Amino acid sequence: MSRRGFLGVAAAGLAGVMLAPGIRLIEIAQAASPAATPTAGASPKVRWGMLIDTTKCASGCTDCVTACNTENGLDPKPSPTSSQWIRKVEIKEIRTGRASSVPVMCQHCAEPPCVDVCPTGASFKRADGIVLVDRHTCIGCRYCMMACPYKARSFVHEELSDQKPDVPRGKGCVESCTLCVHRIDKGDKTTACAEACTKAGHGAIVFGDLNDPASEISQRVREIQTTQLRADLKLDTGVRYHGI
Amino acid sequence: MAPPRSAFGASPPGGRPQRTGRAGSAASAWLPRVLLGLVLAGCLQPVVAGEGRTPRPVVESATAGTQCVAPPDVMRREHMNFLKHQRDDTVHGGIRGAKFSLKGCIECHAGQQTGSVNGAPTNFCVSCHSYAAVKIDCFGCHTGKSGAAVAQGGAK
Repeated sequence: MSRRGFLGVAAAGLAGVMLAPGIRLIEIAQAASPAATPTAGASPKVRWGMLIDTTKCASGCTDCVTACNTENGLDPKPSPTSSQWIRKVEIKEIRTGRASSVPVMCQHCAEPPCVDVCPTGASFKRADGIVLVDRHTCIGCRYCMMACPYKARSFVHEELSDQKPDVPRGKGCVESCTLCVHRIDKGDKTTACAEACTKAGHGAIVFGDLNDPASEISQRVREIQTTQLRADLKLDTGVRYHGI
Repeated sequence: MAPPRSAFGASPPGGRPQRTGRAGSAASAWLPRVLLGLVLAGCLQPVVAGEGRTPRPVVESATAGTQCVAPPDVMRREHMNFLKHQRDDTVHGGIRGAKFSLKGCIECHAGQQTGSVNGAPTNFCVSCHSYAAVKIDCFGCHTGKSGAAVAQGGAK
């Protein structure tokens, strides 16, 4: 090391170690930073899922859709090209005439086809079963949209502004329901849609940990008959439906 | 490059005294010019800095009473690496609220008027990035506004 280099390092080291007797930069920084403990992160022991009771879901009710749009900063008045993370599908058995209204969103498959086809690894499944798009890596090729049997994903065609601080979204990326991952990571136990549905008194959506036998969702799926959409594809979805 | 030498590899006779004589007269000629130049440069420097074609980064100070997560010289050099490494932990691992979050940066560094780090050319991120000709697309997806500014905008 040259003499100049050595002196520089020595001076920097001295400045870093001692500002005034007993006070160091690192201590000031640590004392002042409010974010003391980061959250624990996604746990592989958890499998987040949803149970949708279509017998309680009224045709024409869009409380969950509105709540999702508000929570995630989506277009409040969607155009045909706007993103939709959750949508209401009206189904009817032609022979019997029995109709149901079904909220459909990303099913958070255990074997997600969108992840299989993604050429960049942007589409991925978290340890706790939530399927997401990493927008830093997404190139907007839309293979995942083609692969998804549930039409769950949307492409953002135009530049956006005024996104929510917790939900970054932007032009050129594919996106879909995140199971309100920003809430879950902070320790919240419900999603915007489930919360809105419960608050409105419908109680058609239950969110919870499918791996925890004591959770409400686990108890309900143990008691009542539930179906996965397109169960024939064996994707092992995290979202289950009752009454269809 | 080495100066051209004569064919015999030695200085021509009588070269030395001739050169010293010239050097003396040249020094008397260029010294005032250099001095004049230095003085002029000294006078012009602040003007050029203030009104150059490229705006100098006017880095707005952070919210009073806040302390950055690392010393300024470290942040200036390494902030992009900190952000890049942590973003993968957040997006893929679900670890939120760690030391180097973009949201954390914005909370302290959002401008007083705009409530944003990229709302005006003088705002924190933009002022330096435009000076350094760095074109990043963080704010294509992430909002540049602080939580308070977003809440205010929503209430309007």
